[in-house]
Amino acid sequence: MDLSKALEVATLSDTGQVRSHNEDAVLANAAAGFVILADGMGGYNAGEVASGMTTTLLGSELAKAFAEREPFETEADGRRRVHVVLEQEIARTNGAVYQAAQSQPQYAGMGTTLVMAVFQDDRITVAHIGDSRLYRLRGEEFGQVTRDHSLLQEQIDSGLITPEQARHSQNKNLVTRALGIDPAVEPEIHDYEVQPGDIYLLCSDGLNDMVEDEEIAMTVQALGANLELCAMQLVQMANDNGGRDNVSVILVRVKESFAAPRRGWWQRFLGWFKAR
Amino acid sequence: MAKLILSMESMVLKEIPLTKERMTIGRKPHNDIQIDNLAISGEHAVVVTVLNDSFLEDLHSTNGTFVNGKSVEKHFLQNGDVIELGKYRLKFVSEVPAQAPAGAAAPPPADFEKTMVLRPDMVHKTTEQIQQKAMGDTQVGFKAAAAAPAPAPAAAAPVLPPAAVQILSGANTGKELELTKTLTTLGKPGVQVAVIARRPHGYFITHVEGASFPVVAGVTLEANKPHPLKDHDIIELAGVKMEFFFKA
Repeated sequence: MDLSKALEVATLSDTGQVRSHNEDAVLANAAAGFVILADGMGGYNAGEVASGMTTTLLGSELAKAFAEREPFETEADGRRRVHVVLEQEIARTNGAVYQAAQSQPQYAGMGTTLVMAVFQDDRITVAHIGDSRLYRLRGEEFGQVTRDHSLLQEQIDSGLITPEQARHSQNKNLVTRALGIDPAVEPEIHDYEVQPGDIYLLCSDGLNDMVEDEEIAMTVQALGANLELCAMQLVQMANDNGGRDNVSVILVRVKESFAAPRRGWWQRFLGWFKAR
Repeated sequence: MAKLILSMESMVLKEIPLTKERMTIGRKPHNDIQIDNLAISGEHAVVVTVLNDSFLEDLHSTNGTFVNGKSVEKHFLQNGDVIELGKYRLKFVSEVPAQAPAGAAAPPPADFEKTMVLRPDMVHKTTEQIQQKAMGDTQVGFKAAAAAPAPAPAAAAPVLPPAAVQILSGANTGKELELTKTLTTLGKPGVQVAVIARRPHGYFITHVEGASFPVVAGVTLEANKPHPLKDHDIIELAGVKMEFFFKA
């Protein structure tokens, strides 16, 4: 199903004001209905390699997998195809990055965060690893959808510090999960329903560390009608505030419903048969 | 590494580096920081350090624990905090200037702030660099050698004079709109909208939506290209004229 009519997408990635390299990578495929953002880490250019490998590999494999069979179809085990494909392809990408890090000394220890969204059947499937985030604007309401896999989030969860105190923490940049650093990785995957008019923002921590959530919310609300400008403005705000890290954003607006075509029992039976 | 500076009546008695994950403070000799004074409880308080963050907790002491004059049970220590126990004071100093005054120091090398991965399995491999996690049983290792200092607050923005837009034609003639927010939108959603962004070095106007583009000082704006506003620029938007000016 071609979703390019239902989704409007803008992406922007910037080195920032301090760093010499951009270790973030972004990829959008509106037709296939998915977007991917990765924030790499590791010495020299290894971070770029990790994030670049991740977006490229996932981008091509997902496009292939969803062209074969739609993401909203049901697999033999009763699960939605999108979940099966995401788990499988994230595991494979993790393996590839891990292998590269193991086999080439200049890439040792490289890894990346990941946040991605697949739009299918009026839903969004969000997968994430680490502290790159997905936010949603629905009507007046702007909020964070993903929960960081970070030391800080764990401390907030355990009640050790409040979100307000977390802004002053010195442990901001410690993630507890990353792709490519171990032979296996566990992504967090959730489904949410989607409404026409929703705007989704995926970003690296270079945005949310430099710009307060309220300012991000205000910008997406004010400039939601022009996603490209909105992306530029968000990056610019991070840079105006110091731009201490690479800044990347992906904005997706849902223009119309994209429900899967409903099918009769015979086609569903055939589908089930094909899945075997 | 963070440390506490113990003093009494403005006489510095000693410096205590926070080398352990849990440093207890109290009158009894088994405490890491012993203060032999009757106003101090046997086990008075504890400082728990998790990587670069330190927390102070009162251990139900008789006379209480105060930070900067306020009674606390649990407190997230910030550089410069003064802990008061009876007549004694403990100043908390964290080596990395946590909240340097705006615009003071140059930012630390970028590498220090890079994201790192915490790994549960690293605990026995790099013992010297490891500080154990305070809560729960899970021990957490720290992979990279360099500790991460606080991201300093945003660089000091040059002072930008306040500005406003005054409507010159139409129903709202004479109305003034102060540009105090980072972004101020003008116009009618769905018809024509422009935005004025307040940035450290000036005000910029950009077209947001609508078929026709705003005209500033006789020049039509280009798509997604912020245009710097000058004092007394005339903006034409959706048939309404308005003037931008600095309120200095």
